[in-house]
Amino acid sequence: MCLALPGKLLHITDAENGLALADCGGVRREVDISCLLLEHPNTPLEGRWVLFHVGFALALIDEVEAKQTLALIAELDGQPANSTHLELPGTDK
Amino acid sequence: MKFVDEYRDSEVIKQLLGAIKHQLDDIPPRCRPWQIMEVCGGHTRAIYRFGLDKLLPKEIEFIHGPGCPVCVLPIQVIDQAFALALKPDVILCSYGDVMRVPGSSGSLIQAREQGADVRIVYSPRDALAVALNNPERQVVFLAIGFETTIPATAATLLAADKRQVSNFHLLVHHVCIEPPLLALLEEKDTAIDAFIAPGHVSTITGALPYLSVAATYHKPVVISGFEPADILQSTLMLLRQLQRGKAEVENQYTRAVQVFGNRAAQTTIDRVFELAETTEWRGLGKLRHSGYQLVKAYQRFDATRLISTPDQEETVDHTPCHCADVLCGKLTPDECPLFGRACKPTHPAGALMVSEEGACAAHWQYRQQEVEL
Repeated sequence: MCLALPGKLLHITDAENGLALADCGGVRREVDISCLLLEHPNTPLEGRWVLFHVGFALALIDEVEAKQTLALIAELDGQPANSTHLELPGTDK
Repeated sequence: MKFVDEYRDSEVIKQLLGAIKHQLDDIPPRCRPWQIMEVCGGHTRAIYRFGLDKLLPKEIEFIHGPGCPVCVLPIQVIDQAFALALKPDVILCSYGDVMRVPGSSGSLIQAREQGADVRIVYSPRDALAVALNNPERQVVFLAIGFETTIPATAATLLAADKRQVSNFHLLVHHVCIEPPLLALLEEKDTAIDAFIAPGHVSTITGALPYLSVAATYHKPVVISGFEPADILQSTLMLLRQLQRGKAEVENQYTRAVQVFGNRAAQTTIDRVFELAETTEWRGLGKLRHSGYQLVKAYQRFDATRLISTPDQEETVDHTPCHCADVLCGKLTPDECPLFGRACKPTHPAGALMVSEEGACAAHWQYRQQEVEL
């Protein structure tokens, strides 16, 4: 139930009431960004990637941190699992 | 999808599995597996969906925790929602996950079959729109969920208040993540070694709810994202803490979670809600300061006011299953005698078989899935 998905904030439609239009996985819908506006008063939000849950903006996604997480994993010194093929069953093709 | 696909990349997964095996080699062997509780139902579903439990070495065992709001919803709330839904002037709006949870008189789906106007909504904002479009009806929104979901309810109530909407009501069962974790750790036979903490709850709360898990109970905690690479990296971080004998709160989900959380969302929650003295949890009983009630200024939105003679008697949960033991990590889903027999997703006996994020439903759905290596 606490599922949240990344969406792109397209434009703020009603700043006073904290409403915006966002593209969430190809679906455009009105979202509540009231807390995001209060939390980041001086940050341009349009065009940013945001984590949305039940039509509500939880948090900005930090693109630098997103890349760093992957970079950290790439630097791991573990030997890859002894296989050449790995298919995750839940991955959508 | 951006910020999703790159964390499902098979090369990344292989790298992490290799590092985890490496890390296990550095930890002295012991007779039982390392038990890692993933608190959130979203993590439970991801672990099953991507077969992570099968990919990881047998020295690691995931215990499915109490962080699925549908699964911990007490039967009394379903009964209240059922009673409200059957009132002729009421439209009951609910998240889809709750619709099939069995109550004493039936589920909300069954209420609908009896003629009640029950509608599935995606967002509390949608429920408010139903109220605005139906001024002659009383619209009740069944507001459940952990800290992730509470700000959405609170912001919607503030919007309703601003617009002076008088036919919008909330049946509130919002709960906090910290009390059930502490309750589990207080149980005598708890064998959990470490916790994967819920990433989306933490976008709101930050690290605060887990500090005493680490400081008082000496269990390592890692706040984790929901993709396979996130969960495996979090597992690796926990193993490193265990190897070093540390118990700290670490944040793997740095792309979304700030250590102090979303303070504007916390303020919005506090404007609308306050902690109730006790709140009932399925499987865990009554826990002190574990759930929210409306503050006095907004009690006019309380849907229980629409029930003219509130039922004072305690409803007893007669559900003939072992949801409580599975929730506490004492039984695996298939150790419940009803699993797959009297309790299946098509006719659930207990809440854990209802939600896709319930440990039993996830176990059932993915039980025969093979993971190729």
